[in-house]
Amino acid sequence: MRRTLLAVLFFVALVAIWAALVHAKIWSPVLLPSPRSVMDYLTSAARDGTLFSASGVTLRRLLVGYFIGLAIGLPLGLLTASLTFAEDTIGVLALGLQTLPSVCWVPLALLWFGQTEGAMLFVVIMGTVWSVVIATDTGVRTISPIFARAARTMGSGPFHRWIYVILPASLPHLISGMKQGWAFAWRSLMAAEIYVTILTGFGLGHLLHYGRELNAMDQVIGIMLVIVVIGLLADKILFSPWERFLHRRWGTGRT
Amino acid sequence: MSLQEELQGPPPAKLVVDHVSKWFRQKRQNVHALDDVSLEVEEGEFIVIVGPSGCGKSTLLDIIAGLEKPDKGRVLADNQPVHGPGRHRLVMFQESALFPWLNTFGNVMFGLKLKPDLRNRERREVAKFFLRLVGLEKFMEANVHELSGGMKQRVALARALAPNPRVLLMDEPFAALDAMTREQLYGDIQQIWQKRRKTIIFVTHNVREAACLADRVVIMSPTPGRIREIFEVDLPRPRDFNSIEIARHASQLTAALKGYLAPEALSVE
Repeated sequence: MRRTLLAVLFFVALVAIWAALVHAKIWSPVLLPSPRSVMDYLTSAARDGTLFSASGVTLRRLLVGYFIGLAIGLPLGLLTASLTFAEDTIGVLALGLQTLPSVCWVPLALLWFGQTEGAMLFVVIMGTVWSVVIATDTGVRTISPIFARAARTMGSGPFHRWIYVILPASLPHLISGMKQGWAFAWRSLMAAEIYVTILTGFGLGHLLHYGRELNAMDQVIGIMLVIVVIGLLADKILFSPWERFLHRRWGTGRT
Repeated sequence: MSLQEELQGPPPAKLVVDHVSKWFRQKRQNVHALDDVSLEVEEGEFIVIVGPSGCGKSTLLDIIAGLEKPDKGRVLADNQPVHGPGRHRLVMFQESALFPWLNTFGNVMFGLKLKPDLRNRERREVAKFFLRLVGLEKFMEANVHELSGGMKQRVALARALAPNPRVLLMDEPFAALDAMTREQLYGDIQQIWQKRRKTIIFVTHNVREAACLADRVVIMSPTPGRIREIFEVDLPRPRDFNSIEIARHASQLTAALKGYLAPEALSVE
């Protein structure tokens, strides 16, 4: 209770400082809109539905791309951790491509796929896959070999062992890898939406882009807030239950 | 198989280690881990293998478990050659090797779920039975990290006993525990061994532990790992770890062990 109160106070104070800065008129209101005008923009965008449809479009792209990225990255990570051949090939590739900022995929995606949904998806998947591969790989490698030995003596075959020992044992790493993958997917999608203008759907990134074109700072800041809030919510909804489970079972961190 | 039969368990197995040799290939040299080791273990016998580190006792245990393959020789369990790990010969490791992603009950269930001829309700009954046997029925839902070291080894024991192996292989299972807990577990393991009738092979470097638990103590010496001598410990059970007879046997074992640490044993192939 006390923690919630402190958190609320903190954010109220932030908005108050913001309002005070606007009130002091140091910068032009075009560059620094007041909290009220940002709120006004958000309510009007919510009322005419653009906010929800844009969030919907963005989230759909994000989730589809993210889960495809997971579906590719997870098995690849298992592969690189268990076969030297895969480690020397796919592993090195993943390590290299992971350092590539995901915006760099945008020009390539545009040339390959044109102004399409496919281009978006490609950028999101490329942003996700490699960090998931690397997290899975480290996760599997750090497992104590004694778990696999214990399972073998109890009659666990190779396939059973993957599903019931290796995967759950590497869960702490997998979750942090999936979280990192999510952050990368989110970033790459925003980059893609800002650069790729397509007719199949108007996402949050586009709203941000047009806000800039129209010099509508209230829109820019409003959308940025929405993006931050969605990121926070996703973290709470997608990952928090898993992390709580990890803390309880493994006894790590605070409960 | 009915639940009753399942809880009673199959008869213990006879083990034969037949002229087993093992080398570990390393970059700079080959380590001769076991040299022509032979051992016959009767049904229901409690064998303790002692020796200094590097004498190959854990390797021997791994070979009996089927986790490692011998380079020469073979292991027979009830006249059947051992080709790989199997649930008739379960291992208890020095670290409990409990799975942290499962709770106590889930850990004991792990091996049971791999037994095909049981219904799930029966599996749960069996798991509870063995948790009661090690005195941890109140900790069924506990997470592994919430258990003390001694409790972890008890859960590991329950997990190893639950699928009803005929042979229990124990690799220094109490080495990491404090003295008090260990003494308590000596009592428990003797009691469980008498109740459950298992063939047990127990590896340790603690001679007193060996004297307290074993029917026969096998003494090994290192480089290459060889069996040097086999002592019979003919004392009534249950044995008290602190009794004078145990101490006397222990000092005999120590003297024997020291005799085999002469420099001639230091040849590396």
